[in-house]
Amino acid sequence: MNDSLRTFLRHPAGTVGLAILAVVCVAAALAPILYPGSPWDMVGAPLRGPGTLGSFLGTDTMGRDIASGVMHGARVSLMIGIASTLAALLVGVTLGAIAGFAGETIDLLIVRFIEIFQTIPNFVLAILLVAILTPSIWTIILAIGLVSWPPLARLTRIQVKSIAAREFVQAARCQGQGSLSILLRHVIPNAISPIIVTGSMTVASAILIEAALSFMGLGDPNYMSWGYMIGAGRTVIRQAWWASVFPGLAILLTAVAINLIGEALNDALNPKISRS
Amino acid sequence: MKRRGFNKMLLGAGVALPALNLFRDGVAYAQGPSGGLTAIINPEPPVLVLPLNQQIPTGTIGGKIYESLLDYDFDLKPRPQLAESWEISEDGLTYTFHLVKNAKWHDGKPFTSADVVFSCNVMLKEVHPRARGVFERCESITAPDDYTVVFKLKSPFGPFLLAFETSSAPMAPKHIYEGTDYRKNPTNDTPIGTGPFKLKEWQRGSYIHLVANEDYYLKGQPALTEIFYKIIPDGASRSVAMESGEAQLSQFADIEPFDVPRLASMPNLKMTTKGYEFFSPVLWYEMNLRKKPFDDLRFRKAVRHLLDPKFIVERINFGLGKPATGPIASTTRFYDPNVTIYKTDVAAATALLDEMGLKPGANGVRATIRFLVVPFGEMWTRLGEYFRQALKQGGIEVVLDTTDPAGFAEKVSNWDFETTSNMLYQNGDPALGVARSYISSNIRKGVMFTNTEGYSNPEVDDLFARAAVLTSDKERAALYSKVQKILVDDLPVLWMTEQQFPTIHDARLENLIDSAIGVNGTFGRTRWA
Repeated sequence: MNDSLRTFLRHPAGTVGLAILAVVCVAAALAPILYPGSPWDMVGAPLRGPGTLGSFLGTDTMGRDIASGVMHGARVSLMIGIASTLAALLVGVTLGAIAGFAGETIDLLIVRFIEIFQTIPNFVLAILLVAILTPSIWTIILAIGLVSWPPLARLTRIQVKSIAAREFVQAARCQGQGSLSILLRHVIPNAISPIIVTGSMTVASAILIEAALSFMGLGDPNYMSWGYMIGAGRTVIRQAWWASVFPGLAILLTAVAINLIGEALNDALNPKISRS
Repeated sequence: MKRRGFNKMLLGAGVALPALNLFRDGVAYAQGPSGGLTAIINPEPPVLVLPLNQQIPTGTIGGKIYESLLDYDFDLKPRPQLAESWEISEDGLTYTFHLVKNAKWHDGKPFTSADVVFSCNVMLKEVHPRARGVFERCESITAPDDYTVVFKLKSPFGPFLLAFETSSAPMAPKHIYEGTDYRKNPTNDTPIGTGPFKLKEWQRGSYIHLVANEDYYLKGQPALTEIFYKIIPDGASRSVAMESGEAQLSQFADIEPFDVPRLASMPNLKMTTKGYEFFSPVLWYEMNLRKKPFDDLRFRKAVRHLLDPKFIVERINFGLGKPATGPIASTTRFYDPNVTIYKTDVAAATALLDEMGLKPGANGVRATIRFLVVPFGEMWTRLGEYFRQALKQGGIEVVLDTTDPAGFAEKVSNWDFETTSNMLYQNGDPALGVARSYISSNIRKGVMFTNTEGYSNPEVDDLFARAAVLTSDKERAALYSKVQKILVDDLPVLWMTEQQFPTIHDARLENLIDSAIGVNGTFGRTRWA
């Protein structure tokens, strides 16, 4: 792992990504300290530009502080990104591992099941799920998790399939280890690196889907999120560009940072690159 | 999702939305003073047959195709439309209308008193709830000759003459509808009215094209040769269409409030809030009085003290509107300003909550209530957000719930909500548009725009009932003053603002807004300067 860590840190894009993500995480952590009130509080005059007295990034149409919204929004975005990715990983890795390790019939069934999900456009399915289940933070996590797992499942399946055919796995079998023990102790640990890489990218895409849902008015109305801020600020973009630009930048930077980290992880976890 | 995948999704989201609004698909819209007018319509009406549907966009376009017997000036005084004159008997029970003699339906058949009797006595009673309420008060509706109609009332009804506004009682052709299933009539796609414009083409999702009715019964009308109603679902695109001159007329909530000052100040455009007197909508926060703690007057008063109607006018409506003092809008008849005034006062609110025993808990929260956000656009979302922040000052936590339009109507009409907001038209008279929200006989589960809050007060019922059947305006005013005082003290709903709608139009358009129904009028006299 030390080799991997070194490769990661030597990767310039990775360190930049890590730095940006750290800033976002710090913003999320400090939000309740720097802006103890709710981001929904109408603290100042409406549509004040950035830098005017008391409002670092300006205010929106209702006089809400954009800076407070961006910082509190970081909590929501990261929370939804991570929680829905965990949900997707849970479903995806489990189903993928079973498909890759169990017999042909089960494999076929699971692959067909995955294909059902893959034929429906992700975002449309997410909109549908949230609209039916009524928007709340939990239904959004569920919806994003449900549309994000198929690629993870396919990746896990193919990784497991290839690892399971290796000689060390056959050796374990010959020693009489049970299937579940082989899967958990030998196959998954050796198959996990590309899954971690894809999982990190899934976080970024989850944040984007959440932003898009909130933008369309399908966010949880009780949480200030970046997508909501852009959606609410979009209509006044000609009078107050700051109301949508800053949350937009926040989404952009976070998504880019996570992708850079993912790329660096990819290199770091690739034994051929990390040990060269 | 692969990175490339969501890059595509981002691009898609950015590009697809504006692309939806490119309507220049080879159709030459009327541009400027060429005799035609291009107006905005939003949302797209489900149908144009006004007798069957009275939603706002149907009323706007249907008002060019269909007509009723009367029209009203800005003070809600009746003027001739399909009826050229009328008499009322001394006892206020018999109304005799004399119809214009040369009016024709768009299919060439003459318009006669038989059509009026069929519309008012048969068809509207079945398909139009508001008209049913009025015409059920008639003992008989008869036609002594082809151009005379006599309405005999069971008992006097003060606002009877206001019931003949186009959307309230649109005339339907007897020869088309008699004996058919009205809602499934094959001609519903090509509406047939008597108005100055007739439907030429309806390109779903794109535009509705009306052309002048050359056989119109009023000489020299219509002055315009055609009207294109362009369907533009996106608010920002509607502003741009007005700004660029692509459209020359917008009405109701077409232009988002924050864009109104900018468009109004443009030299080639004019803005007016006149022409909505008949509707005079009042906006309020509604609480389900069947549930705790809303059944407690002290709670309602506390919430009222926490809210500031001025904030809504200035920040949410960008100046379009004025604070409402009670149930009757100041722009209609029988408004009385002498009622209890509730100041925005957090201390008064917390005192009332303390008195109720709603003490702040560990986190400063006295009560948690739910608010159903109205799913009809930006303004309604902001109203919910404001409600939550305003009540927070008094220690009341508000959880917002969102839903779609169908779900909203379902929840509110079935009393499955705690608090929400709403806006109702007054329809020219308290008996037509105000009483319905407060009288206990109108507590009707499953029906929208009734007494959904569940307010019931025998004295209020009695006052509204008596005021409706009087014919003297002075006597009616006295009863309505009394009922306004009682209601404002009782707070069945929390009235916030009298909404104003901006009509923005090309400065060269003349005679556009000349009645109390403004943009829903016929536009017969509208012309280019």
